[in-house]
Amino acid sequence: MSEPSTETQAAHKASAPPPAVHDGHGHDDHGHGAHDPIHAANPHLAHHFDTPQQQFDAGKLGIWLFLLTEVLFFAGLFCAYTVYRSMHPEVFVYAHYFLDTKLGALNTCVLLISSLTAAWAVRNAQLAEKKMLMINIVVTIGCACTFMCVKYVEYAHKYHDGLLPGHNFQPKEQIWELKSFRDKHPEAAEYAEKLAKLDEKKAAPAAAAPAGAALNPAAPGAEAATPGKVEEHAEVLERPTEEELEPLLAAGLVGPRSLDPSAHISRPRMAHVFFGIYFFMTGLHGFHVLIGIGIWVWMLLKAAKGHFGPTYFGPIDFTALYWHLVDLIWIYLFPLLYLIH
Amino acid sequence: MASPSTTADAAIPEKKGADDNYLTHDKGFASWAFTLDHKRIGVMYLASVLSAFALGGFFALAVRTELWSPGKTIMEHDTYNQMFTLHGAIMVFLVIIPGIPAALGNIILPLHLGAKDVAFPKLNLASYYLWIIGCICMLASLAINAVDTGWTFYAPYSTTTQTAVIPAAFGAFILGFSSIFTGLNFIVTIHKLRPPGMTFFRMPLFVWALYSTALIQVLATPVIGITLLMMMVERVFGLGIFDPALGGDPVLFQHFFWFYSHPAVYIMIVPAFGVVSEIIPVFSRKRLFGYQFIAISSLAIAFLGFLVWGHHMFTSGQSVLAGTIFSAITFLIAIPTAIKIFNWVSTMYKGRIHLDTPMLYALAFLWVFTIGGLTGVFLAVMGVDIHLHDTYFVVAHFHYVMMGGAITAFLGGLHYWFPKAFGKMYDERTGRIGAVIVFIGLNLTFFPQFILGSRGMPRRYYNYLPEFQGLHQLSTIGAFTLGMGFLLTAISLGRALKHGKKAPNNPWGGVTLEWTTVSPPPYYNFHTPPPVTAGPYDGYEDLVYDEKIGGYVSKKA
Repeated sequence: MSEPSTETQAAHKASAPPPAVHDGHGHDDHGHGAHDPIHAANPHLAHHFDTPQQQFDAGKLGIWLFLLTEVLFFAGLFCAYTVYRSMHPEVFVYAHYFLDTKLGALNTCVLLISSLTAAWAVRNAQLAEKKMLMINIVVTIGCACTFMCVKYVEYAHKYHDGLLPGHNFQPKEQIWELKSFRDKHPEAAEYAEKLAKLDEKKAAPAAAAPAGAALNPAAPGAEAATPGKVEEHAEVLERPTEEELEPLLAAGLVGPRSLDPSAHISRPRMAHVFFGIYFFMTGLHGFHVLIGIGIWVWMLLKAAKGHFGPTYFGPIDFTALYWHLVDLIWIYLFPLLYLIH
Repeated sequence: MASPSTTADAAIPEKKGADDNYLTHDKGFASWAFTLDHKRIGVMYLASVLSAFALGGFFALAVRTELWSPGKTIMEHDTYNQMFTLHGAIMVFLVIIPGIPAALGNIILPLHLGAKDVAFPKLNLASYYLWIIGCICMLASLAINAVDTGWTFYAPYSTTTQTAVIPAAFGAFILGFSSIFTGLNFIVTIHKLRPPGMTFFRMPLFVWALYSTALIQVLATPVIGITLLMMMVERVFGLGIFDPALGGDPVLFQHFFWFYSHPAVYIMIVPAFGVVSEIIPVFSRKRLFGYQFIAISSLAIAFLGFLVWGHHMFTSGQSVLAGTIFSAITFLIAIPTAIKIFNWVSTMYKGRIHLDTPMLYALAFLWVFTIGGLTGVFLAVMGVDIHLHDTYFVVAHFHYVMMGGAITAFLGGLHYWFPKAFGKMYDERTGRIGAVIVFIGLNLTFFPQFILGSRGMPRRYYNYLPEFQGLHQLSTIGAFTLGMGFLLTAISLGRALKHGKKAPNNPWGGVTLEWTTVSPPPYYNFHTPPPVTAGPYDGYEDLVYDEKIGGYVSKKA
């Protein structure tokens, strides 16, 4: 390649003619700086910087510091995630069956493509390739919007299925009814179904217990079945095999005492916490994507005016860095939330 | 001297004369509200922070009045809870944290560096407006149903109480961003806008202190941001991360909170160290002793400050091993802090000490901060802390550090740089009387609280045993004395703004760069960028006092 290969070199080519259009984006309040030759030649150079290189370096350090604060901001959430996963691993195994891995993977691909076009856009800005720059920004915005649409579909499903945080957590389906669970552990799903039916039968005689009480951890109905009944039903189920029991144990659906086949099946008590963390983390990430879309649109407008060139490409560079971080956070969120074993 | 004749001065518009400065450069509300000039933003911060200080002080007096007698004196217990919460939240988030860095730092940092402005002037203005928004949110909580959780917002009480927690917590969240952006701006400014010749070890110590502070602001504040956000979401949606009733862990909240709020203590005190480091050599007419040690000790404090948050939680059920480690690292912080104190005292040794108002505040700082710091070491001993935890001893300790340390240094810095920032001299006699009253009031208010605490008076209590009444009344008298001191100082400075004598360029004989420009500084700070050829505290011997202008001038001139 004959072009300068690093940003620094590109920025040093200060002799390149500045873009013709000046939209007054400089610091108007301070705009008296255009008297000396360097400022006169660089309409985008703020008055308090001596050279475009100094301005670019300041911006670069600034954006890296900002990204550091973003990492720390999310670090609080990752820390909460770690604490809860170590305290209640079964909740995470249980809940992840409700997430659609395919949609998550699709979103990961979409964001990776957008990172590529963002990086490409930086190159275009350095080389003053206005048309390609605009194309790449538009593709990046398109990918970001696709991501948000997919996220909307996922959220809508969760809302519909009652998978909401806190008091609003009322799942409509049991995990053994889910395709994701059945495909992975067919034996366990069957066994769980049998257990659930057994629970229902046990609960039925107790008139006070509402339907499905066996699945409600708060209701003691299932346990309270008379001992005689339990013995009767105990014959229905055989001792479960390893394949049948392990996935249920891991997801906290049955306690270790379920080696006694008469034990009932219920979702882990803290299942709602996973969805609290899920919505919080993906929601905050989605918010960052929305902000990113806003900044990219702004950059597109600046690019359309032909602002960017070898001596002034900082804003595109910094936006792309921010975008890579947003992408990177998703790269962590995807396995942590969707791909749990 | 200030005539725009060289090419570098072409930046100053021709029509303005030699008297043009940043205060007179533009007129009108919009020229202030949308200014990008660091000095004007600093002045706006100063006015806002001082207003918030008055409000927080009002709440403090309300609390102290209520404690005049056991049982009800002037308000109900619920109101009392709201009063001490608002006092704490306003003083911490709205006054002390932005006080020295955002108000004094904004005015002085670029002048110290010989720069035209901070690196990101628009971000600087945005920080200020974030402060305003945060302040409005806090006041909204006051208007709706003032928050009563204490400034610490401990869960699960904060997620369940009926008071308006969300506006207050959201205010603190927004103020956090204001603080982050200021810190970020200062780090970049210090790295990228130093003049040729100014190496890191030729920077004034106030700049070093602001740099260390900015590092903490950038690295710690995001954590309180996410913590408060989680707490608010928990309150609205019942997330279940902190509330044990939902399966959460309240100690996790304390860990998150103190991971920020302990370093935040150093956000409050490290800039104060910087101010004192500036004042002491100037008024001792002597080169600062141990410059590099003071500079590095600021960084050491910033670093160690991140490793000691657990000493707030000795009684929260963390393991003894964790407690021991946190306790040991807390002891370590005494070392860099003591290094500073010894160096300041050594600077004064055999100096020609001038007891002007800023120096009086600096001396008061040495006294009260030493008491505050040493009692902090007591509290770092686990066994002692079990006895003193959540008593007035802790209240006295952190008021000696925050109020006695940070606010005293803030006032010292305000008096020190007032002539530079506003171009007016205040009445020296009133200033000194104010400083003495503040010093007496401070000790009278908080020293009895050490005794109260060691005898078992718990903090935040509305009622108390009759045997504590004498000491409580002493403390209340002290609080009002303190209030009088502040009022006198405010009147003195307010009068000076209007009727003060014109300030010379260098009234105290300082040798850092801000004293080489005119008072108040011109719009671009320096008519010609000042050359830096020596350390920041070299050259007191080259200055001589000129009776005619009431300030110092160079012997060579």
